[in-house]
Amino acid sequence: MTQDDLPAIFRDFNPLDDKILQIIDREGKLIRKDLMPELDDATIIDAYRQMLYERTADEMAVSYQRQGRMYTFTPNLGQEAIHIAAGMNIRHEDWLVPAFREMGTLLSKGVTMKEMFLFYLGNEWGGSFQNAHHTLPIAISIGTQLQHATGVGYSVKYRRKDETVFTFIGDGGTSEGDFSEALNFAGVWQVPVIFTIQNNQYAISVPVQKQTNSINLAVKSVAFGIPGIKVDGNDFFAMYLAYKTAAEHARSGRGPILIEALTYRLGAHTTSDDPSKYRKKEEEQLWGKSDPLIRLKRYMQDAGIWSIDEEQLREQYKAEIDREFTEAENEKSYPLEDVFTHIYSDMPDELRRQKSEYEQFLSWKEKRG
Amino acid sequence: MSVMTMVKAINNALEIKLKEDEHIVVYGEDVGVEGGVFRVTEGLQKKYGTERVFDSPLAESGIVGTALGMAVSGLRPVVELQFEGFTFPAFNQILSNVARIQNRSRGKYKAPMVIRFPYGGGVNALEHHSDSPEALFAHIPGLKVVIPSTPHDAKGLMIAALESNDPIIFMEPKRIYRAIKQEVPDEKYTLPLDKARVVQEGSDITLVAFGAMIRECQKAIVMAEEAGISVELIDLRSIYPIDRETIRTSVRKTGRMIVVAEAHESFSVGSELIAIANEEAFLYLEAPPRRVGGFDTIVPLAQGEPYYIISPDRIFYEIEKTIHF
Repeated sequence: MTQDDLPAIFRDFNPLDDKILQIIDREGKLIRKDLMPELDDATIIDAYRQMLYERTADEMAVSYQRQGRMYTFTPNLGQEAIHIAAGMNIRHEDWLVPAFREMGTLLSKGVTMKEMFLFYLGNEWGGSFQNAHHTLPIAISIGTQLQHATGVGYSVKYRRKDETVFTFIGDGGTSEGDFSEALNFAGVWQVPVIFTIQNNQYAISVPVQKQTNSINLAVKSVAFGIPGIKVDGNDFFAMYLAYKTAAEHARSGRGPILIEALTYRLGAHTTSDDPSKYRKKEEEQLWGKSDPLIRLKRYMQDAGIWSIDEEQLREQYKAEIDREFTEAENEKSYPLEDVFTHIYSDMPDELRRQKSEYEQFLSWKEKRG
Repeated sequence: MSVMTMVKAINNALEIKLKEDEHIVVYGEDVGVEGGVFRVTEGLQKKYGTERVFDSPLAESGIVGTALGMAVSGLRPVVELQFEGFTFPAFNQILSNVARIQNRSRGKYKAPMVIRFPYGGGVNALEHHSDSPEALFAHIPGLKVVIPSTPHDAKGLMIAALESNDPIIFMEPKRIYRAIKQEVPDEKYTLPLDKARVVQEGSDITLVAFGAMIRECQKAIVMAEEAGISVELIDLRSIYPIDRETIRTSVRKTGRMIVVAEAHESFSVGSELIAIANEEAFLYLEAPPRRVGGFDTIVPLAQGEPYYIISPDRIFYEIEKTIHF
């Protein structure tokens, strides 16, 4: 691909120069009016509402876990602008191949909080996202999902479908071999895949400086011959523009794209993690000021389109989310059948035997009282 | 009917399914222009084009990981890994995702894909080209592991694998890729992916083997028959699911069992078969079931391999020992 074929922002924000795409600054002030995507007020308000919903759901999930009502959870706090911007550009027919910290994007594909909760309550049905079209389950084995995304891309291209693949990885994941292999295959095959690196600065406790000697993560695209861009991941408008441009590029048959979304994991890696062991409060506070919700809200206030009663909306979301959690919490049924049924299309005799022997044990146990 | 080697029979199976099912794509290292280092995919690219039969970048995890992406989105990929010793870069994808996506998604996504590769020793090869890792794959829930021992079986099992909705590990005994020629039906047929084959019936002892070891067992049986010993030979064909029923019936009849397999003896398919013999035929046993397998060592290079590889006379020696226990 020559430079001329690249969308303008991919030329202007060349990762080799370590430039970063930003449209509103850390105070929410519009600094690149020329790049501002054309969004009507209602859409911007809707974006804020979605980010607030994800934020509220996330905080409540952490709180349920703390109350001992839910198992390990992976917080999304501080990364909502990426998730919602992606979600607003992903269509029903598009594919979502997630890692595990993209809750807002999953919700936009039709995943419900009840399903998310059910998953973190330890039930595979929750994580299977039955009703979310073209949405793969959460991938916990770091980086492996990118290969699946490239394969889905090949399949889409082979079947001549107008479908785009959105996939995610973290900064730590870029050190995995699968990251490089997936981008390399995608480049060779020229498949319609949008790769997002959520660079939230930490892989559990290890800072991104210990992952790579590259000047940034977007620059890794250069070696694979695919366009890449570093974007302010806490700037909703920059993320929206990046996804809109990337989607147009992929949808016009011009191949894959790599987006590095520079952000900060304001929460812990998981609810089992304690960030105070490896990072300073001051650093968290500094990034806290770049909170994507605060920035978008300030912009909206400056632009005179802030019309949200945030407290009231939060309460409304809390009630909705709590209803979904209660439903998930009450869904206690996990029949033995579920352990065995989905390993193969037809249950092999060995599994039938193991299941039946266990059932005999259960009836022995029941008789024994 | 046509006379075919195993290479030709697998090629024929792929060709039949490529023609019949447009969802099938075939790829891997050197499989396109060259037709694979063993020529299993020879001529297929010419016939079905570079979109369906193609060379991929040299990265096994990428080959298998992308195949899974294709499989969950409507295709039926068949990927070749060049040798068994190079399957391990893909092992994480196989174990962590290929075998699990159906369970993880509660059946929303399946992985109808075939991962095929040559395996086994006896070909004077470099390191990583003589191993028999079937137990490693058979231990993973979600996979089916298939090993043919004849051209006829190779074709029928491959077509069944290409029609399965589960991921299949298809291991091809490279030592007999071209060593056996057999009349094979030209038309399409399938063989069940969970049934062993009784190669020959006998009454004194059961030999269980698969892949290239079937032929070695047959040579040993000639020696045994000369010594007046009647041997029943079972070709496992499917490593997982394992055909417990056929083993049970045979061992209850003969009261003796020897498992012949190239892989390292400890924690092997033979170990599993002995467990089955004990569970299913304990009171019928006249001698302890035994494994005749590879040592728990690295397979030696060509000069040392004759120690490691199982010869017909070693199998006969073990048959006599068990008969006279």
